[in-house]
Amino acid sequence: MIASAPLMREIKASYALVERNIHLSKRYWAWEVAFLVYTIAQSLAVVYMADAVPSITHHHVDTRSIVLYLSIGTLTWSYMASLFIAIAESVQWERWEGTIEYSLMAPISRLTYVLGACLFAVIYGLGRTVFVLGALMLTFHLDANAAGLWPALAIVAVGSVSFVGIGIMAATLPLLFTEKGAQMTYVIEACLLLVSGVYYPVTVLPGLLQVASHVSPATYILSGTRTMLLGNPSGSALVGSIVPLVIIGIVTVPLGIWLFAWAEHFAKRTGRLKRTG
Amino acid sequence: MTQTLQLTQHVATPAGLESIQDALTVEHVTKRFGGQSAVRIRRKPGKVVVAVDDVSLRVRRGEIYGILGANGSGKSTLIRVFATLLLPDAGTARIFGYDAVGEAAVVKRMINRVSVEASLFKKLSAMENLMYAARLYSVNVRAARREIPRLLQALGIPVARIGQPVDKMSRGMQQKVAIARALLTSPVLLLLDEPTTGLDPRSKKDVQQFILELRREHNATVVLTSHDMDEADALCDRLAILDRGKIVVEGTPAELKEKHRLEQGLDREPTLEDVFMEVTGRRLDEEYEEGEGGE
Repeated sequence: MIASAPLMREIKASYALVERNIHLSKRYWAWEVAFLVYTIAQSLAVVYMADAVPSITHHHVDTRSIVLYLSIGTLTWSYMASLFIAIAESVQWERWEGTIEYSLMAPISRLTYVLGACLFAVIYGLGRTVFVLGALMLTFHLDANAAGLWPALAIVAVGSVSFVGIGIMAATLPLLFTEKGAQMTYVIEACLLLVSGVYYPVTVLPGLLQVASHVSPATYILSGTRTMLLGNPSGSALVGSIVPLVIIGIVTVPLGIWLFAWAEHFAKRTGRLKRTG
Repeated sequence: MTQTLQLTQHVATPAGLESIQDALTVEHVTKRFGGQSAVRIRRKPGKVVVAVDDVSLRVRRGEIYGILGANGSGKSTLIRVFATLLLPDAGTARIFGYDAVGEAAVVKRMINRVSVEASLFKKLSAMENLMYAARLYSVNVRAARREIPRLLQALGIPVARIGQPVDKMSRGMQQKVAIARALLTSPVLLLLDEPTTGLDPRSKKDVQQFILELRREHNATVVLTSHDMDEADALCDRLAILDRGKIVVEGTPAELKEKHRLEQGLDREPTLEDVFMEVTGRRLDEEYEEGEGGE
């Protein structure tokens, strides 16, 4: 049993994290079911607000476009939040299990570790989103522009990479702050939810928050998918959404990996790997 | 233990190790904790604790070397430095000539560590935990699937338990799984950080026998920390006693006891515990007030 070539070795090692996390999800199935029910209930509650508009305003309003607007928001956010949390919690989860030292002692590059966590996060996020989509389709009549489906998925795919970068940055927090790092990742998630126009156009936000919305990849993912599914999908609109996402990804992914390596070095210098928080 | 341990070399370690006789060379390693953090969380700098204070030692290939000390004496800190999990403030630790800081990637392929906590994914089975390790260390997956049951059985874990979550196992069994996980990767230097602490006498004996067998059959080099003096006496070729982060005495158990007997003018053979109390001025069960905080 001799070691494989370095690149194959790293790829196989990153699969170790995917396989491990799949096993863990199966073993913690009750948590997964509870979390999924929570997400579906939350998503339905948001979209029911669209149906409630005539009752609240006492005006006849065609709610179909609002239902679709909020459904796209809640679906996209369901995926992105799952992706973000799965990556951001990777370190915290290992701290909780008491395995962080074992994983970081293994002879794999940090890129491999992060890649493994991200691959699982994409699979996990997509899986959960399929369930949320199923629940929305069973509850509401979703009549989206079919022609815009593939461009919308392309935007989500490119946007995932940008989101991965932010997730990796957030994953460093439990390395740096052993006791409150995990809570800080939830703060980041909440801020992204606020400024990215998940349930409303960012134009309703005050000036400062609108500025902040420009640095969130979720803003471009959401506006892009809505343009594709609710508006007129065009090549220029697609490029207009993808270019900022590519730029954000080019900045955030290397920065996230660099930050992770720095945080690991810091944790090894100060003895923070050991503490369970 | 019903079966003889048979390990296969899985991990590609650097060539030319055969000619190197020192498995571990530690020179003037110092590690402090506390003080001003780079990430300023508190305004006031914390109290500085010197966990390891100018430690130098040498472990020869094939040796079982013990590092003994009370809780908080710096044993685990030292092991973490060897395991690339802590960066020393000063000094160097070289594993088969490779620096644990500057050449950590190479060092990681040569070592494995078993700590006092089993550090397993509690809801995963022994097989799943070991397969995770196999993939991380590039052990051939098919061969690992074959070898894992045999390895676990050799440590006294019944086949029926291999697929069960490890949180359904006793602490002794969990520790054996952790040892099997380390052995699966065929480390040339095995770091055992209090591997028998908290185990029942039977499990403790099993693990101790396994360590001896590992050295006898495979010429493995083992660095073992313990505060069990009888265990150290039975297992270690040489040992160092660590007190407040400093090595206060080093030698073979027989040398240390004989020296103590002569110095004290005893007409009986002293125990290692007698030696420990003489050189540290304290009992083994005394803990330090200033420690890294969790050794």
